[in-house]
Amino acid sequence: MSLSYQDLVNEAKLKIPEVDPSQLLDLAGTVTILDVRESDEFDQGAIETARLVPRGLLEGAIGMHVDDLDEKIILYCAGGARSALAAQTLKRMGYTNVSSLRGGFGRWKTDGHPWKLPEALSNDQRGRYSRHILLPEVGEEGQIRLLESKVLIVGAGGLGSPAALYLAAAGVGTIGIVDFDVVDTTNLQRQILHNIDRIGQSKVESARETLAALNPDVEIVTYDERLSSENVLQIFSDYDIVVDGGDNFPTRYLVNDAALHLRIPVVHGSIFRFEGQVTVFEPYQGPCYRCQYAEPPPPELAPNCSEAGVFGVLPGIIGSLQAMETLKILLGIGESLTGRLLTYDGMSQEFRTLRVRRDPTCPACSDENHPPELVEYDQFCTPAGVVARAG
Amino acid sequence: MSAIVKIPTSLRGLTGGSSEVEVPAGPLDEVITSLTDTYPDLGERLLDDAGNLRRFVNVFVADDDIRFLDGLETAVSSGQVVTILPAVAGG
Repeated sequence: MSLSYQDLVNEAKLKIPEVDPSQLLDLAGTVTILDVRESDEFDQGAIETARLVPRGLLEGAIGMHVDDLDEKIILYCAGGARSALAAQTLKRMGYTNVSSLRGGFGRWKTDGHPWKLPEALSNDQRGRYSRHILLPEVGEEGQIRLLESKVLIVGAGGLGSPAALYLAAAGVGTIGIVDFDVVDTTNLQRQILHNIDRIGQSKVESARETLAALNPDVEIVTYDERLSSENVLQIFSDYDIVVDGGDNFPTRYLVNDAALHLRIPVVHGSIFRFEGQVTVFEPYQGPCYRCQYAEPPPPELAPNCSEAGVFGVLPGIIGSLQAMETLKILLGIGESLTGRLLTYDGMSQEFRTLRVRRDPTCPACSDENHPPELVEYDQFCTPAGVVARAG
Repeated sequence: MSAIVKIPTSLRGLTGGSSEVEVPAGPLDEVITSLTDTYPDLGERLLDDAGNLRRFVNVFVADDDIRFLDGLETAVSSGQVVTILPAVAGG
């Protein structure tokens, strides 16, 4: 005996429950809604909280979207046929609480229920970011979020290089880079954004060329200037997160104080010879840089890389950790290093996670309404005082 | 009955290159005194003239910042790790 497509659909509908659009509306927020249509159909419009899992991928991908076999799942397609067949399959796989939307998305719209026009990736982007999209923690939604994000990197040097490369590869849509320096030979042992053809060129321009060749989705904004109290707020205000890969104390205190003004998280990395530190300064949620180091060491006790040397791969590790923290924050996944300082010693290959706390007497962040005044910091990086928060 | 003090790279020139120094357990100020008795130059790098910890150095006992424990009176038990962490700015 042969069965037609309609026979199969009718048989499926007898074996699985169907819900009406009005019932689904009442359940919204309490159930997992999966759209089993093809991605081009989804792109034309979908139920707001639905996740796209095309019918052809359903059996393989369901485990990434639903952990519990008893979770309440409602499937829908265009008219209710494909979702009935899909629901029957999930039932056979052991999912006990699967329903199909009667009449599908067509009836949902006709009944006047809310729907969205999803932000969609292009086919090229679905290919480029496919390994991200496969991760349930990222998915297409997360990838779109990254493409809409804006990250500023302070310094196109040792830390900024790997951070910028990974953020660009990950598809962070806008990457700003501040650096006033030019590429020289001594940079190439660790600053992997640059190469021998770029010697003498501005670092931000060299960075732009490298990143544009890696990912044309990313808009690169360059600031070929020294970060100062005059320009810092204007530059920072366009961004969601600042990655601090600076190479001197005054800049680090300036970054901290400006980020407190604008309430922008700073993903901090710093290195010395074979050791590095990484943390996240989330304004007023955790400690700031001044909570951690109220004062910089005097210059004679804090030689920089050009005086003390730095092992080339070290910024590769620390800058990559900064990229990891940045992407996690943008995606809202995992546990950030807010309140924790990760230290790395390359010689012993040892990581330690130290607990750091907000200092209730911190001159910079103890009063949310009075962020520190921005000044040209001297070698002691002392804050000039505080000002009332604008707005 | 000893504790381990981790010495950061930037201060290893003052400890003959040692990255870890074993000292008798006890209150942190005594731990630091033991350390600086052996390596006198380390003292002025960690403490100011009044004997307070310098503001650009953080000390952690068992991975917690001593400023939020009992400061220099924080008890350091046998086997615990004391981490000295100066600010570094390289990038």
